[in-house]
Amino acid sequence: MADLGNDTNKVPPLPSSISLISTLGVVAMLSGFLVVLVYEYTKPIIAENQRLATERAIFKVLPKATSRLTFTVTEGKVKLANDKAKGELIYAGYDAQNNFVGLALNAAEQGYQDIIKLLYGYQPDTGCITGYDVLKSTETPGFGTKITSDEGFLANFNCLDAKVNQEQSGLINVIKTVRHGSKNNPWEIDAISGSTITSNAVGRMFNKSGQVLHPIISKNLPLIKSAKQQERGEHGQSN
Amino acid sequence: MANPTKKEAPLTMDVFTAGIWKENPVFVMMLGLCPVLAVTNSVENSLAMGLASIFVLVCSNALVSALRNFIPKQVRITTYIIIIATFVTLVDYIIQAISLDLYNKLGAFIQLIVVNCLILGRAEAFASKNSFGKSVISALGMGLGFTLALVMLGGVRELLGAGQLLGYQVFSLNFEPWIVMILPPGGFIVLGSWLLLINYFEQRKTGQLIAEDSASHCTVSQPRS
Repeated sequence: MADLGNDTNKVPPLPSSISLISTLGVVAMLSGFLVVLVYEYTKPIIAENQRLATERAIFKVLPKATSRLTFTVTEGKVKLANDKAKGELIYAGYDAQNNFVGLALNAAEQGYQDIIKLLYGYQPDTGCITGYDVLKSTETPGFGTKITSDEGFLANFNCLDAKVNQEQSGLINVIKTVRHGSKNNPWEIDAISGSTITSNAVGRMFNKSGQVLHPIISKNLPLIKSAKQQERGEHGQSN
Repeated sequence: MANPTKKEAPLTMDVFTAGIWKENPVFVMMLGLCPVLAVTNSVENSLAMGLASIFVLVCSNALVSALRNFIPKQVRITTYIIIIATFVTLVDYIIQAISLDLYNKLGAFIQLIVVNCLILGRAEAFASKNSFGKSVISALGMGLGFTLALVMLGGVRELLGAGQLLGYQVFSLNFEPWIVMILPPGGFIVLGSWLLLINYFEQRKTGQLIAEDSASHCTVSQPRS
């Protein structure tokens, strides 16, 4: 029979709750300090990376633009803003003579893996969506990723019809993705064979964004078009 | 003294090299298989995930080892998870600062390093019982072994699945990519194939050693007869 009085068989005493809590507290404080330190250091770098990515995307979807202005959309109105403004941001591109060349708008929708985020070019005068750049996508390589490379699919966006109706309440036609090879109308998107979920997501996001943003843009188009010249005028006066 | 203090084994080269091949976390210990199967569809992703894992593994093992005498046994796992989660958060910010494209490609798998059993396993089984230097060296070896395994999988999958290596075209444009290789089943196929190959050569080597051993026994026993 084991000797219960033997020291070797004794259960080690449980540390006090204070000791446990203080250990966890010290480790959590150390952890918080490290996270804050690195967060503060990387925050401006990450913000700059995001700004550069957006800038690159804007000039990709608006190739004729040499400069741009940012606007916010709030309660059906468009206001000149900066890139740090909160809310829905839209970007207007202007050529070297400060003529308006088009808009770059954000769109997002759930894809196969995760939310796909795009920036697309829109010409309010013709009501055409003229191309897009993928800002975020984790779609399946070889299938969903074809939305950036499939020539047939990209041809849908030479001029995808996204015209606003006369009442300026929405689009004349609902933008939708149709089965590969069955596109008959300019507002339809011919899906990529084998990437139906991603193709459908692209159609849905353009329709959702178009139904909301395009009528607002249509109502505020004169303001957007003249904003660059007004801005130059104000700079001229202040100089 | 009832419980004499156990003397720690000295730091040898084996502590570092064991993790690279002999005790490779993927091919031998089969640990951390979730990122192994999920992000190895290209060499670039594999390398990035490997380097991120090395950073988290080395830093967390270093801190766990440094604090091992102060952490009560009852809260050790909670403490290790806090430490690991801290370094994962740091690596998350660092990757975003280095490249947003890479960050988007790796998706949620960076955050999921927190639950990689390789890292928690090494903290519990090694760093909490060994000196700072030994823990760091061992973690570095394990991390390199993990990265090596990821790159071995990523290389085969990118080569067969896209005809490329690190984005450079290797096969001619007439090559029809095996799409399955860059899809999830490709991860299982390539991992299984590597295990088959490695175990085949290991067994052959062991078989040869046994044969040599028994042959030498026969030679020794001959004079007896």
